[in-house]
Amino acid sequence: MRWIEIGNLNDIPRRGARCVATPVGKIAVFRTGDDRVFAMEDHCPHKGGPLSQGIVHGAAVTCPLHNWVISLENGQAIGADEGSVQTIPVKCEGETLFISLDELGRERAA
Amino acid sequence: MKEKLIIIGNGMAPGRMLEHLFERAPDRYQVTIFNAEPRVNYDRIMLSPVLSGEKEFEEIVIHGDGWYIDHGITLYKGHKIVEIDREAKTVRSDHGVTESYDKLVIATGSVPFILPVPGNDMPGVLTYRDLDDVDAMILAAQSHAKAVVIGGGLLGLEAAAGLQMRGMDVTVLHLMPTLMERQLDPSAGYLLQRALEDRGIKVKTKAETKAVIGKGKAEAVELADGSTIDADLVVMAAGIRPNAWLAKEAGLETGRGIVVDHGMRTEDPDILAIGECAEVGGHTYGLVAPLYEMAKVAAAQLAGDTEAAFVHSDTPTKLKVTGIDLFSIGDFADGEDREEIVLRDATAGVYKRLILKDNRIIGSVLYGETADGAWFNDLKKREVDVSEMRDTLIFGQAYQGSAPLDPMAAVAALPDDAEICGCNGVCKGKITEAIASEGLSCLEDVRTHTKASASCGSCTGLVEQLIAATLGDAYTPNEIQPVCGCTELGHDEVRRLIKAKGLKTIPEVMQELEWKTSCGCAKCRPALNYYLVCDWPNEYADDYQSRFINERVHANIQKDGTYSVVPRMWGGVTNADQLRTIADVVDKYDIPTVKVTGGQRIDMLGIKKEDLPSVWGDLGKAGFVSGHAYAKGLRTVKTCVGTDWCRFGTQDSTGLGIRIEKFMWGSWTPAKVKMAVSGCPRNCAEATCKDVGVICTDAGFEIHFAGAAGLDIKGTEVLGHVETEDEALEHIVALVQMYREQGHYLERIYKWVKRVGLDEVRQQIMEDQEKRIAFFDRFVFSQKFAQCDPWSERVSGKDKHEFKPMAALELEAAE
Repeated sequence: MRWIEIGNLNDIPRRGARCVATPVGKIAVFRTGDDRVFAMEDHCPHKGGPLSQGIVHGAAVTCPLHNWVISLENGQAIGADEGSVQTIPVKCEGETLFISLDELGRERAA
Repeated sequence: MKEKLIIIGNGMAPGRMLEHLFERAPDRYQVTIFNAEPRVNYDRIMLSPVLSGEKEFEEIVIHGDGWYIDHGITLYKGHKIVEIDREAKTVRSDHGVTESYDKLVIATGSVPFILPVPGNDMPGVLTYRDLDDVDAMILAAQSHAKAVVIGGGLLGLEAAAGLQMRGMDVTVLHLMPTLMERQLDPSAGYLLQRALEDRGIKVKTKAETKAVIGKGKAEAVELADGSTIDADLVVMAAGIRPNAWLAKEAGLETGRGIVVDHGMRTEDPDILAIGECAEVGGHTYGLVAPLYEMAKVAAAQLAGDTEAAFVHSDTPTKLKVTGIDLFSIGDFADGEDREEIVLRDATAGVYKRLILKDNRIIGSVLYGETADGAWFNDLKKREVDVSEMRDTLIFGQAYQGSAPLDPMAAVAALPDDAEICGCNGVCKGKITEAIASEGLSCLEDVRTHTKASASCGSCTGLVEQLIAATLGDAYTPNEIQPVCGCTELGHDEVRRLIKAKGLKTIPEVMQELEWKTSCGCAKCRPALNYYLVCDWPNEYADDYQSRFINERVHANIQKDGTYSVVPRMWGGVTNADQLRTIADVVDKYDIPTVKVTGGQRIDMLGIKKEDLPSVWGDLGKAGFVSGHAYAKGLRTVKTCVGTDWCRFGTQDSTGLGIRIEKFMWGSWTPAKVKMAVSGCPRNCAEATCKDVGVICTDAGFEIHFAGAAGLDIKGTEVLGHVETEDEALEHIVALVQMYREQGHYLERIYKWVKRVGLDEVRQQIMEDQEKRIAFFDRFVFSQKFAQCDPWSERVSGKDKHEFKPMAALELEAAE
């Protein structure tokens, strides 16, 4: 797996998110209140809302367009809604963040 | 002919005595009361919430003027009795009124203990006893200066907490090594001290006051160790003394108090004494429960039941400082023949200690978690042998064998004689019986009929559970919609507790109000953020991560993830420069859609997030500021052209609209607020379907409110008529502030009004000038912190991270 550096943990506010622009689309990178980091496509399974603009709570984000709640851990919609977002591997070494687009690239290529 | 009953004193004990007496012998006495205080009977134990601002005086009145009239009582307010003539059977007041009695009840209460130190009578030295003291303290607190409270007992600490909540810098001086040493053991005293210090109250123990010093008024307190502490206000709360001098002057036997037998009778068969001034069986009392017991006995005696007798019992102590839970009862001293069980949870700030003798509880001290207080008290009272459950006793009732964890079942399992309300001595059986016989179905009814939870209110939860357990499915509590799944509390309760507990951050609210999730959800966080912004305008740091995206980036998100931008056009008025700037911006950023809004402004749609700061920068150069078209806050004030151009216009509606908008922009509200001002009743600005609208007439301004033209369509209600523009502004601002303080998050004005009642709003805004001005002033204060243009802030770099991707990966890097 190839890891690409995307920045520092502190670039993302706690309980917030930032975007990473990539050739295969925008990736939302989330930081939870307890400093865990998650990444997924910035695209709600419902109507494509930018999840990076939602409110982060626990290990979930609420989409700003129609309030779907998406689990950051597995990309699945929580509650009555059904759908899922492609999650992206992300790691934090020290305070430096890396993501891997390997899986995303493969999926797109297929 | 009725017998004449005179009562000296109008506190809680004689008030309760009369209630019992009127029940038992309604027509026997013609009652006259002399009250040294110039007012009716009120709940003295609730003075602390009045001091802290959590309650108003009106809320703690027990008997209003009407009650005295209804019972034919003559009440002399502000009359102090100076002499009892036992031979003539008369009393004389300091105003020279003399009345004769057949029976006399002395209920003169107690007087605060004034430390016999130099300077104790200087201006700025107060005691804490009645409403006048509280009023004086509230007045002193307005200066936000320094206060010293002498005395770290119940009274002193409640005074200290109240003054601190009023904004004073408070130091508590206590002679003993730990606080409340008569009710708490040193460990609990220490936890209490720490909790007070966490709130910013300074505590100095082993502090012996030597003098109050100052030139002409109190300026500092000098201690025996030579140190001094600055103080603009000194409150002496070092204890009370039974007020027995009147009885002593009259030749009655006195000890610490007025000596009475168990029937509350003095040695003079026609004179009784009750309350804090009475000494029975060698004890005097200061807590309300035994005083109410005395009241009951005295009423029975006066009604002819000579058997009625007062029985001594321990009363649990609770501190009425919101957010501090402590409970103590009985004897908790160490001793050779005693065992103790202690539980500590440092992180949770919990300390529990039970003192056992011969396998029976004789005392307990609970700090931080007091839910089992009633149960421990009950075991103690019934002298239950606890050896069977000794190992788990300290964990409380929920852990006992098959006993259920459900609090409802725990209440159901209590025996009938278990005490529920300590203040009024109401046991479970009395409540369940009243529910059955009177057909009671709600808390208010139970309060009225049994007095349970009618005094300090700390047993309210227990009473509610008991009603629920008794009625089962038939009980429908006032259905409170929780804010969200993260809490059981409704919006009102959350708002009340934020104020009462002085909670000033979201984590604090979640901790103190026991949120069920670690950091809330997308429903509660924006609500809490708003409540904190509204309640603590100068102290709270807005949490942008708890704001919906539109308010976080100050633009409206669209379905494709782009944004729309609406600059403010004051009162809907624009000019060529502004229009030219907008045209240039539209060209420069290739903005796909430009549209005129319903609120008389121009909306630019389809702007990429990254472009927002530079779009605002360009707009700002032409003087545009954010129109808050995205905000739960003041949106637009729509106007017509009024007297400037219109041949029918009666007032300068455009000018008033602009004035209102310039005064109120930037304020956050529970939901959006749209306004309009029409220059005549033809109403071209459509003011009668707005949250707040004004219709100008020749005679002045008709203020409308609570309209809606969205999901619901609703014409406005008339708030009232005012004559000048200044008044119109004042009333509108006050109305919006009232809504800001009471509205539930996302609740529009018309819904809020439906909930609190039109008349209530009219009364507070149109009729109660004092309230109106207070609302107005609070709005003005909060605007000091709200009126800064969010766009120019971001143009100059604030929240830069919001508008840029954290990284832009090239194709090669991604490959």
